[in-house]
Amino acid sequence: MTADLIHFFTHNWLGQAIVILAQCLAVTIPLLVAVAYMTYVDRKVWASIQLRRGPNVVGPFGLLQPLADGLKLLLKETIVPSSANGVLFIIAPMIAFMTALIAWAVVPFDDGWVIADINVGILYLFAISSLGVYGIIIAGWASNSKYAFLGALRSAAQMVSYEVSIGFVLITVLLCVGSLNLSKVVLAQSGWFFNWFWLPLLPMFVIFFVSALAETSRTPFDLPMSEAELVQGFQTEYSSMPFALFFLGEYANMILLSALCAVLFLGGWLSPIPYAPFTWVPGVVWFALKIAFLLFVFSWTKGTLPRYRYDQLMRLGWKVFLPVSLAWVVITAAVLQFGGWVPKL
Amino acid sequence: MASLDRTARSFLLSELVGGFLLTLKYMFKPKVTVNYPYEKGPLSPRFRGEHALRRYPNGEERCIACKLCEAICPAQAITIEAEPRDDGSRRTTRYDIDMTKCIYCGFCQEACPVDAIVEGPNFEFSTETREELMYNKDKLLANGDRWEPMLAANLHADAPYR
Repeated sequence: MTADLIHFFTHNWLGQAIVILAQCLAVTIPLLVAVAYMTYVDRKVWASIQLRRGPNVVGPFGLLQPLADGLKLLLKETIVPSSANGVLFIIAPMIAFMTALIAWAVVPFDDGWVIADINVGILYLFAISSLGVYGIIIAGWASNSKYAFLGALRSAAQMVSYEVSIGFVLITVLLCVGSLNLSKVVLAQSGWFFNWFWLPLLPMFVIFFVSALAETSRTPFDLPMSEAELVQGFQTEYSSMPFALFFLGEYANMILLSALCAVLFLGGWLSPIPYAPFTWVPGVVWFALKIAFLLFVFSWTKGTLPRYRYDQLMRLGWKVFLPVSLAWVVITAAVLQFGGWVPKL
Repeated sequence: MASLDRTARSFLLSELVGGFLLTLKYMFKPKVTVNYPYEKGPLSPRFRGEHALRRYPNGEERCIACKLCEAICPAQAITIEAEPRDDGSRRTTRYDIDMTKCIYCGFCQEACPVDAIVEGPNFEFSTETREELMYNKDKLLANGDRWEPMLAANLHADAPYR
């Protein structure tokens, strides 16, 4: 009986489909809950920084606030502007949301806990995060509104600019690892927490984190939706569920980049001290803790920094991060080559 | 040397780190928010909130229909009609305040010679319909009965400065 079941789930196409579906749900549902509660944490952190209380009325400590917000968005009317391109207008948020979710297929939560353990994991992530721009550009164009269009243009330019430096950061990491497989990236960092790549590649870690802020258009790089100038950027014309999809996609992207940052620089699921009491904690808990810390820094940044001017944003991307990361690729390659630390393939 | 200092500062992100530490420090300071509706801030005795028509301790209404409040009201929110009552005293038959017009300037209570119309400490009188904000004499007198202890205390507290 048991053998039959195992055979069904490993060899029958239907069984395999069920397993894959279950895996997807096991990732997606906690992710969406995390997204919902990320909005809560955000609001609480900003409130604390400004000596306010933040949401505290809905449920104990305001813990039901995200659910109330979600319900509110669900019940609102979906407005499609009469001058908008209806089909694209509705498709755009779906693209933005889906690209944010499908990237999670290659993220390793623990040793072997990954939906698609593919050998080009980093490349896949990079491709998917570039695709995310399409949702935003289509949204901006289909809205047929000047604010949305300007927001989309800014967003596209910003993402393209910062993806360049993210690309070089990824190259330095994979030079040190010798593999594009994210699980191997984590395993290459095993040992104490100072063995993780954040210390040997500290400037790259900083550049990656700042670029991640720009990629997810969070303050100080929230120009695509800067309220003061562009109303709400590419989201201006959106309401109800399409708006919620953008919102979820944005936060899912934020969590994704935090996860990527944790995998690349903070040793993924590894415990900071590789000895008994710490290694008993399941890897997925360490991974979640690292993501939570990075997300806290995301909120903290938003509570601290004002918005960049557009030319400052471009200057930082092209004239600071690009040369520095490019130089660091060369330096890392040279050090690995002449120090004899080239990873064995 | 100065330029070296400046370069070092900008490369080590010292100002950025300083700002982050400041906000981190603020995160653990006590909150200054008054947790309204569960707690409320202090109100001055001069606070100008919802209107009320007061009565004398024997239950007689104070208003003598002099119409000074109606005359001074800059928003023309007050409408008064008056007739002599059966006992010969002059009283209002109609005293309406359109609360949607009122600008809460307090001129009506300044003008009133008998402290009849006052603006009380109540500021939580939102309604779901516009009509409910068209106050008539009954509503205003009811307000007076409801808030009288606080109205009297506020007038007493502010009396030395008038």
